[in-house]
Amino acid sequence: MEKGVLVDLTLCIGCRGCQVGCKEWNKRKAAKTSFKGDFTNPTKLSSDCYTNIRFIETKKQGRPAWNFVKNQCLHCKNPACVSACPVNALTKSAQGPVMYNFDKCIGCRYCMLACPFDIPKYEWESTKPWMQKCSFCSERIEDGMLPSCIKTCPTGTLYFDDYDKIVAEAKKRIMDEPNKYVNHIYGLTEAGGTNWIYLSDISFKQLGFKDNIPAVPLPDITWPVLSTIPGKIAGIAALMSAIAYFRTRGAQEEDTQ
Amino acid sequence: MSAQQKNISMMSRGGLTALLFMAALVIAGFYRFANGLGSATNLSDDTPWGLWIGVDVLAGVALAAGGFTIAGAVYIFNLGKYKPITRAAVLTAFIGYIIVSVSIFFDLGKPQTIWHLLFLWNPQSIMFEVVWCVIIYTSVLALEFAGPFLESVGAKGAAQVMTSRKVLVPLAIAAIILSFLHQSSLGALFLLMPSKLSHLWWTTMLPYNFFISAIAAGLAMVSFEYIVASAVFHHTCDMSILRGLAKGTAIVLLVYFILRMGDLTIKGNLDLIFVTGIAGKLFMIEMVALVLLPMIMLFKNAGSATSAGGILFPQVFVLLGVVMNRLDILFLVQYQQGVSYCPSFIEWIITAGFIATIAFVYRFIVIKMPIIENQP
Repeated sequence: MEKGVLVDLTLCIGCRGCQVGCKEWNKRKAAKTSFKGDFTNPTKLSSDCYTNIRFIETKKQGRPAWNFVKNQCLHCKNPACVSACPVNALTKSAQGPVMYNFDKCIGCRYCMLACPFDIPKYEWESTKPWMQKCSFCSERIEDGMLPSCIKTCPTGTLYFDDYDKIVAEAKKRIMDEPNKYVNHIYGLTEAGGTNWIYLSDISFKQLGFKDNIPAVPLPDITWPVLSTIPGKIAGIAALMSAIAYFRTRGAQEEDTQ
Repeated sequence: MSAQQKNISMMSRGGLTALLFMAALVIAGFYRFANGLGSATNLSDDTPWGLWIGVDVLAGVALAAGGFTIAGAVYIFNLGKYKPITRAAVLTAFIGYIIVSVSIFFDLGKPQTIWHLLFLWNPQSIMFEVVWCVIIYTSVLALEFAGPFLESVGAKGAAQVMTSRKVLVPLAIAAIILSFLHQSSLGALFLLMPSKLSHLWWTTMLPYNFFISAIAAGLAMVSFEYIVASAVFHHTCDMSILRGLAKGTAIVLLVYFILRMGDLTIKGNLDLIFVTGIAGKLFMIEMVALVLLPMIMLFKNAGSATSAGGILFPQVFVLLGVVMNRLDILFLVQYQQGVSYCPSFIEWIITAGFIATIAFVYRFIVIKMPIIENQP
């Protein structure tokens, strides 16, 4: 069964338990960070940091307020990275996770450019570098457990269930409290849909979400180029043969020298 | 045939300079493979693709497009006038593609697994298509180059077969098919990034824009090379060849200009030029200074030029224009506020080393093999 996560940003209190849970389960090294006038810490995703909470200062009813955004791979339903990888090192599982296979990877890093959300990160300092990103704890899901970050979350911000159920739940919450939520489920149509979807009380653009992601699966843009290759080969071969024939017709067979 | 060239020593000042750069390349290469991409380059999670992909691969493949263009003109369109430069054009492409493949090897995070490309297929991947077309096309170039090689080692019978029309015409057709596919697919690589690339560049026409601009780059490169080689090897330039190439380049640029501007107009993206930001300025430089300007100069000089100078200058602008186009796209898809990338010293050394290698190997082969035919 295809799984998904509904991230209700209005419930997040910014405790960063998910960050710790993720690091612990995935055995990622802690980063040495410093205070930069921003409570987002670490400030960016990296090969050792699959998820972080961005702290965004906003105003509500004239008063300063916090908004928190959980950041990780959104696990697209039809991922650009999977289509981009020339050696099938990235795959989309039936349960939802976009999974990475180090043994197949050659390190071309096209996935990093292809991802519309800039999620894949690289082990630049290694001579046997991995591409690193959130795996949706695929091995935990397979064993019937919750992904580590979701297991850790104390406020119910992260609702994990069958994909159809989390979408229905998101729609229900907007319907029940139309004044609380903006009428936009981020990830429902972005990049053709993602298995992680978001609800928010202020516009997603204000929260730093990308607002120009097309509503079509990105591989649908490149597939027409690839699927027409046999036709293009036949067409060019026929055209060039015809030109070669007519341009040299009547001329004597002459060998180059 | 190439008696003149045989008098030229490899160990000239230019040859020694090239060898120096090649030695630096070997040392820098050792450092890169021993220490990984992180310490050798300034690449990062913000800019995963840098100088090597931009110049050595994207620009390099475009500049090597002269091989299929000239072979096609001679063997398919029967434009016999260009026969004297065919071998040089094919040789440039052959060396170019081998260097492109080596550059990719340097750029891969796990170069020891490069052979995965041969066995783990993903037909959904544009990269997969590019890789296979480059592999097959390099083989085609090797076959096209077999003629002069066999002649130089005195295998007359085999050389006659490899230089017959029965062999060269089908090879020229294969070269056009494979080049169309991978030149255009290098553009299609960026079709996956409509949200990252300014729509002054991003369009579903992007693959065709890449292919057409590669033809212009190929013709410009062949002209550039012909003029420089004539100076180095003390030949006189056949002006009718240079004028023909100039006219060809100008026509291709005109087609390119009309297609790109027409596409932008139809899709209503032309006003993006005036949106504040860097994209509009880059676009203007690319299209006005490096497409329109050389196009007008080439049209003007194609009929009347009596010396190579009047053609060399605009053709160099065409080369710069195509290189800039590839680098603009690579820069813009990775552009973020507050992020900057400048290639590391080692990245520069390795790219310079590859360029020196191309020049050195080209010169070596031209001296040793019958490449440039003496014209009366």
